[in-house]
Amino acid sequence: MQLDHLKQKLIAAARQNAPSDQVPFAFEKRIMARLADAGLPDGWILWSRALWRAAIPCLLIVVFSGLWSVRHNFQRTEDLSQQIEDTVLSELNQNLASIW
Amino acid sequence: MERSDQEHISAVLQGDTPSFEPLVAKYSPRVFATARRYARKESEVEDIVQEIWMKAFNKLASFRGDAPFEHWLMRLAVRTCYDFLRGHQRNREATFTELSEPESDWLERFAADPGKAPEDEDAARLLVQRLMDQLPPAARLVIQLLEIEEKSVKEIAALTGWSIPLVKVRAFRARAEMKKCLARLARDKYL
Repeated sequence: MQLDHLKQKLIAAARQNAPSDQVPFAFEKRIMARLADAGLPDGWILWSRALWRAAIPCLLIVVFSGLWSVRHNFQRTEDLSQQIEDTVLSELNQNLASIW
Repeated sequence: MERSDQEHISAVLQGDTPSFEPLVAKYSPRVFATARRYARKESEVEDIVQEIWMKAFNKLASFRGDAPFEHWLMRLAVRTCYDFLRGHQRNREATFTELSEPESDWLERFAADPGKAPEDEDAARLLVQRLMDQLPPAARLVIQLLEIEEKSVKEIAALTGWSIPLVKVRAFRARAEMKKCLARLARDKYL
């Protein structure tokens, strides 16, 4: 079979049979209705948008409170060690004072 | 007095959505004809056209007005049809063994005497569709635009957004792919 000739014939067939340009009845109304639907925001979408907007401030609050908490605990740990040291050494201090 | 496309577009961009309707009414025939070249089922065609119009509405602000609105819309239409082809790459491995009787008749008449198989018959149209369905999306798009619609490489580049060298490479590959499909058609039918 002559493949090139067959190709030419089939391409010519496709050119001769151009597809229809018929539009379904009231198609433009359907598009406008879809656009109107798309314009109305969905409640869940609004809720999720609000959650996303709140996410960054919440994250900042968590980070700051975490930092504050770590810093505060560190200071308290320093105080505690000082207190322990004072308690342990107080006996020794008294003994040393009585010796001198 | 009837408003121009540009006036409708400006109105839509200023928030007057109903001004979009005359554009849809005016250009839908052309958009439907384009979509029917790439999808067979009418439900798929309607889905594609709806998607094209939704994209057109959402991207209307990117229309600069340098070229006619129709050109901008057809670029959008061709790209949406290409996306559809890429998303629906089914039945490409089907063989030509299950040809309908009129298609087989047409091929037999062509094999006996090419002059006895006129191209204006329905069977020839069905065979072309079958052949196009077997091509990969890019090859199908190129064959459709270059061979069937007889567009230039430059026009295809503008429609698809591909570079001119890429269109040429894809055209070369598409022709080779089509030849392979035709060879398979001949083999399946006559061996």
